[in-house]
Amino acid sequence: MKPIEHTIRGRIAGEVVETMRPFTPRGQFWIGTLIVIALWGAFAYAWQLYKGLVVTSMRDYVSWGTYMSNFVFFIGISHAGTLISAILRVTHAEWRRPITRMAEAITIFALVVGASMVIIDMGRPDRIMNVIIHARLQSPILWDVCSITTYLAGSLLYLYVAMIPDMALMATVAEKRNLRPWRVKLYKMLSIGFVPTPDQIRRLDISLATMAVIIIPVAVSVHTVVSWVFSMTLRPGWHSTIFGPYFVIGAIYSGTAAIIFAMALFQKAYHLEKYLTREHFHKLGLLLLALSIIYIYFTLCEYLTAWYGGVSVEQRLVQLLMGAGRYGPLFLAMALSGLFLPPLLIGLPGRWKFQRLITAAVLVNIVMWLKRHLIIVPTMETPYIPATAAQQHPAYFPSWVELSITFAAFAVFALLYMFFSKVFPILSITEIAEPLEEITAGHETGTDDRTTIMVEGAVS
Amino acid sequence: MRISRREAIKSVLAGGTAVAGVSGAGVALARVGLTVNGKETVPVLSPEGELFHVLREQMKAAPVNDPKDPIVREGIPGRKWVMVIDLARCAGLRKCTAACNAMHFTDRNWIQVFEMKDANATAPYYFPKPCFHCDSPPCTKVCPVGATFKRQDGIVLIDNTRCIGCRFCMAACPYSTRHFNWGAPQQPPEAHARGYSPERGFAARKGTVEKCDFCPDMAAAGNLPHCVQACPNGVIFYGDENEDAVTNGLGETYRLSTLLEERAGYRFMEELGTKPRVYYLPPKNRRFPAPDTAGQTASTAPSPDPARGEGLA
Repeated sequence: MKPIEHTIRGRIAGEVVETMRPFTPRGQFWIGTLIVIALWGAFAYAWQLYKGLVVTSMRDYVSWGTYMSNFVFFIGISHAGTLISAILRVTHAEWRRPITRMAEAITIFALVVGASMVIIDMGRPDRIMNVIIHARLQSPILWDVCSITTYLAGSLLYLYVAMIPDMALMATVAEKRNLRPWRVKLYKMLSIGFVPTPDQIRRLDISLATMAVIIIPVAVSVHTVVSWVFSMTLRPGWHSTIFGPYFVIGAIYSGTAAIIFAMALFQKAYHLEKYLTREHFHKLGLLLLALSIIYIYFTLCEYLTAWYGGVSVEQRLVQLLMGAGRYGPLFLAMALSGLFLPPLLIGLPGRWKFQRLITAAVLVNIVMWLKRHLIIVPTMETPYIPATAAQQHPAYFPSWVELSITFAAFAVFALLYMFFSKVFPILSITEIAEPLEEITAGHETGTDDRTTIMVEGAVS
Repeated sequence: MRISRREAIKSVLAGGTAVAGVSGAGVALARVGLTVNGKETVPVLSPEGELFHVLREQMKAAPVNDPKDPIVREGIPGRKWVMVIDLARCAGLRKCTAACNAMHFTDRNWIQVFEMKDANATAPYYFPKPCFHCDSPPCTKVCPVGATFKRQDGIVLIDNTRCIGCRFCMAACPYSTRHFNWGAPQQPPEAHARGYSPERGFAARKGTVEKCDFCPDMAAAGNLPHCVQACPNGVIFYGDENEDAVTNGLGETYRLSTLLEERAGYRFMEELGTKPRVYYLPPKNRRFPAPDTAGQTASTAPSPDPARGEGLA
């Protein structure tokens, strides 16, 4: 049997191990900064627990605000993992292979941060067990609880099962390279005795193929029921039949943008140009372009019917959203920079294609947060009985506590993601190696050197 | 240990001395009781509809029902509480709001008086709005823990010892009826003295939702809600739909069905399908001038007029 470092997966593992070296000074600076932001957010939350939600800008009219926007945003980008590793797997898009691991990790961490936003939004987090003790399945919140926990458990399982052969491989590599003993122990433990025999590989493939099919409807259900928290109410701008698919498309749209941005960061920080190639960015860019057009279409459907139909309360909402008032300029900026500009940036020919794609991805992420905010807050400011009839003028802007917790949420998300990439291989070694090994399988009689040349040619 | 209202009545009856002969049918709740052996009695109507005379000295105030008592969630048997608000009588004094706030130790205006104007050409009017205690309540439907619930006597209540503060009910209520305790409520010691009951709505708790409770504690004791009693113009009528009778603070009692028929009673935003338990009588032949400052548009208006600041919250 060949020594591990002479096999294809052994060589890839060797390169991936390089990404797991301790943080560079620049990396440490970022970690430090993110930890400070996260700690500041923790302080803000402690303050909120002590004083109550009065430290937010939410009041009786705008009773949901930034935390709910964060919730929808993070649950939205959690769809990155499903798209890349499940949808692309089911459709046999082979180019997905180097991206699956980082996409699935986004799913996990986005779900954790997103779900915690709901708890932060609660007036009585101390009574969270009531959701189980007194659970009422008639409430869309219970649908969310069921759907999101299923999705989190499924995604964790999916991430882990796909990682088992990598763990077995990493245990060997870590031993050979004299990496820290905890790594060897951890990888060994997680590999649960996996040996790449044909039988075990077959079983693994069947499990992954089955889970890929199962996880897609679960992911669709997640953002559908998130949208139903809004659309099951009678409020203008929420009580809409297209909200389920509108939110699902929005989730995949922002999830794709998130994975493009994450890929660019990893490519730069860990020098993964060999694995995350122009082709990957190009293909995901096309996906983002298509999704932006679908999202434009949904947005048009949503607001044109409200405006044209002209039900008075919906007209007031459209007036607030698109008139010259507080939200008009924001809505316009949202539509131009997040819906219409990205497809142009991606689709137009010319130079700076990569830079334009990354710009588009960043824009989409910012704007999709804003879009969720524009779904939630203006509707809350537009009740059936206008607030002005009670001499009130709700004008919501997040307080320092809400802003601190929001920035901390992003910081925690980034930290989790960074530490994950230091503990686990951020590329799916086995998945990348599989097709290459198939190519070289025919040349097994040749020397190791010949194989190596073949592989490096194929990989780079 | 607290005892439920039913048990209180039973214990009085078991005392024997309290029962002083049940009067024949047709005798309504008399203002003055009989005198037995020189001792004053008070007529008491049992939940089953039987009338008793109970010695005053042996009477205790109906104890407040603990949130865990089943009767809090079931409601008063055989009753269907209902409210009628006569817009023609409302002068916008907001005495209802003040009384409600005072009696519930709050400043949250559980009953609010809006100034409404449905269309540019129509007359403005004052619009007192309590919780509508809908028969198809959008709020109780969405509550994940059953902290807000609909009772058999028609009342929608909130148990603030169970509420998790998710505020879904506030998002779901189309009438902006619910209030949230964003911070720690500032209430006097009296609010805490008698223990909490969802039927009374105080003391308020930080991080939980509250709203108009239709005063089931008052109804159980045979009294009208605070807002009804406080209105000097008798705008608000309260009563039992099963009895087909409503009474206002001036002591005027009407047959509910006749009142609604003769005065063209309606429910606010019937099209939402929430089936409110509060009826309105249109402001026809009004006793007081219309609010001249009213410049706000109600939901039924054809379109907001930005020139007057409408629609721009």
